[in-house]
Amino acid sequence: MTDIKSTLVKFQSIIALLVLCIVLTILSDRFFTLENGWNIARQISINVCISVGMTLVILAKGIDLSVGSMLAFSGAVAAGLLKFGLEIPAINTFVGFTVFGAILAGVVVGGALGLFNGWMITRFKVPPFVATLAMLTIARGATMLWTGGFPITGLGENFAFIGTGWFLGMPMPVWITAIVVVLAVIITNKTKFGRHIYAIGGNESAARLSGININKVKIWVYTIAGILAAVGGIILTSRLDSAQPNAGMSYELDSIAAVVIGGTSLSGGRGSIMGTVQGALIIGVLNSGLVLLNVSPFWQQVIKGLVILVAVIMDRLNHPHED
Amino acid sequence: MEKKPGIFLEAQNITKKFGGITALNNVNINVHTGKVNAIVGENGAGKSTLMKILSGVYPDYEGDLYLNGEKVNFSNPKDAMKKGIAIMHQELNLIPYLSIADNIFLGRELHNALGVLDSKKMHKKTKELLERLNCNLNPKTLVSELRVGEQQLVEIAKALLEEAKLVIMDEPTSAISDSEIEVLFKIIASLKEQGVSILYISHKLDKLRLIADRYIGLRDGNTVGTIENAKEASKEDLIRLMVGRDIKNIYKKDSVDFGDEVLRIENICLPKVINKSTFLLKDINFSVKKGEVLGLFGLMGAGRTELLETLFGLHSKIMSGKIYVENKEVRIKSVRDAIKNGIGLVPEDRKEDGLVLGMEISKNVSMASINNVVKSGFLSTKLEADLSKKYIEALKIKTPSEKQLSKNLSGGNQQKVVLAKWLATSPKVLFLDEPTRGIDVNAKNEIYHLINNLAKKGLGIVVVSSELPEIMAISDRILVLSDTRITGYFDQASANEEAIMKAAVV
Repeated sequence: MTDIKSTLVKFQSIIALLVLCIVLTILSDRFFTLENGWNIARQISINVCISVGMTLVILAKGIDLSVGSMLAFSGAVAAGLLKFGLEIPAINTFVGFTVFGAILAGVVVGGALGLFNGWMITRFKVPPFVATLAMLTIARGATMLWTGGFPITGLGENFAFIGTGWFLGMPMPVWITAIVVVLAVIITNKTKFGRHIYAIGGNESAARLSGININKVKIWVYTIAGILAAVGGIILTSRLDSAQPNAGMSYELDSIAAVVIGGTSLSGGRGSIMGTVQGALIIGVLNSGLVLLNVSPFWQQVIKGLVILVAVIMDRLNHPHED
Repeated sequence: MEKKPGIFLEAQNITKKFGGITALNNVNINVHTGKVNAIVGENGAGKSTLMKILSGVYPDYEGDLYLNGEKVNFSNPKDAMKKGIAIMHQELNLIPYLSIADNIFLGRELHNALGVLDSKKMHKKTKELLERLNCNLNPKTLVSELRVGEQQLVEIAKALLEEAKLVIMDEPTSAISDSEIEVLFKIIASLKEQGVSILYISHKLDKLRLIADRYIGLRDGNTVGTIENAKEASKEDLIRLMVGRDIKNIYKKDSVDFGDEVLRIENICLPKVINKSTFLLKDINFSVKKGEVLGLFGLMGAGRTELLETLFGLHSKIMSGKIYVENKEVRIKSVRDAIKNGIGLVPEDRKEDGLVLGMEISKNVSMASINNVVKSGFLSTKLEADLSKKYIEALKIKTPSEKQLSKNLSGGNQQKVVLAKWLATSPKVLFLDEPTRGIDVNAKNEIYHLINNLAKKGLGIVVVSSELPEIMAISDRILVLSDTRITGYFDQASANEEAIMKAAVV
């Protein structure tokens, strides 16, 4: 009996997802099609990408509110460098960027912003909420400065391939996200670094007394969150063929929602990457279904909020003794 | 029950159990009106538990409480306060960013008909209360700006506002300076004159003897006697009241031949961070040989935990002194340095510092030696399971499997998991901080045997304990720490409870 219960608890996200899919298939004949499947996969790929980083951060008992802004800035940097290159008047030089160079620059910028978050949090003991809230504003402002408040468009076919192309029968964004997910699953389950993340989130003091370098692990976690936000930013920019100054607004909320629905504890130490993927899938399927059923976007938001609450209540019921 | 003259509170046959552990066993005490009733006893004697029952923190217990002859049963601290019992905790319970007056009136604020706070009246009343304590602090001052001694006065003022008839003070002198102690004692004297009874807990015997009117001895959860006239009691009498138990069928360590010296420390000092001229540890020297168990005895606040932490690299920026492992000087700047040099620490609070409770046993066991379960860059589930299975068997950890979450284990088994974590690092010397705290008698004995066996295998062991019988049973030598210094040194021949306690209460 308890076995059945614990199995149900373990697979509750998947069960919820299946139920959701069955219901939507019955209600709409356009839901259960290959085309719609790829649509959903493409739509959630950016959120999954960001949310993988967010999962690592939350597992280590942190939070990252700046992912949306880091996404926007990294995407804008890549787009800007690709289109205009970099002029350095001081030494009278112009550097042009290839697609690969621009992407790399975007990712490095995202990583640097994340590193800065981690540095603030570990070196100056700024609470993660505040440090990343500051970064949310800083990176958004930087995006505005970089773009002058206007979208950077016309980035060329090669760059567009990342967000819109297909490879071996699968959309490129889905490929990228799948690789990110696989790497993250391996890191969390199979490496020292992953184990240290769980240990810090579970009991920082015990982790420190076991010789784990807390600060190093935390800095890496926030850096990875920045890098993955940048990857998301590049996919988004490529898909829209445009770096929008207000791209990624409130993405941090969707991302936290995916993590929480996926069963990762906001108090750290418990959760998984695959849980987050399921969380993002539930949100994605729900969005798609509600659109197909012509539910008003306003209602969609209300429903999404309720789903988050239900997920967290279920989690609390399953883990009554935490905190 | 009829009222007895001169007795404010009577506790009869009080028994309190936590799980399988009996903290108080048929305790009987009387609190005399208008006197300083001092409770003496070692750590773990049951003093704090008794105070918590008297002040309503623990409503569940066996036995009866009588207040002026009337039977009472407090369901919470507020209840006790209404009946005139106030407690001053060791850790002060004030809110730092509120003013003195706000703190004193917290939860019983005065307000007018509209619900607006009547600050004027509260400030006036606070001023009066503070004046009763000969203290001229401004009621508007934030508590965070007060020194610890002044914060205590605020706590007392808070008790007076409730017209407390009995004020319980738990180690009130532990955190304050000598001049503040003088002020506190004057206040206690004037409270006595006003007919207030005091229940005073402390193991600082020298200070206690300046103020106590009578003594009540508590030992292992039992009342062991009272001394009605404090003036007639010598310090030796008090120590006898605290210790002097019959030692029967308690574990005794096997004697083994020691090997070479494995750890030596010289002139270890640890200043308080804020004020470099005062110390948490001063000029500590000792050495441990292979196969030897060195006991560090000290009462709360003596610096025991600080010493282990310092040697474990947790205070590397401010400590001074030298550490030698196997006769080679080592620098320990971090926990990793300590582990690398073969030092392990089983911390005092296994739930806060020892274990990640939400993790499997296997992951806790490998935590400090994780490189041993890494195979070509990745964690090997098999190596990790093998490692923990080895220790589950060797330490007899009771669990269905190594995948069990640590939080589902009993205290004794949790402690073994922490021990396993450190044994897995192949240490040369192991520090154990209160290794049997909060675990039952059988598990305690098991831990003693484990310590014995580890020593036999050539490990140097340093055990910190505040339980005298324990430290005497398991140690080859005993060092006594008191007030930041080493105040006593005993070998098995010279160790006896009274002598050790005497060194610990300096």
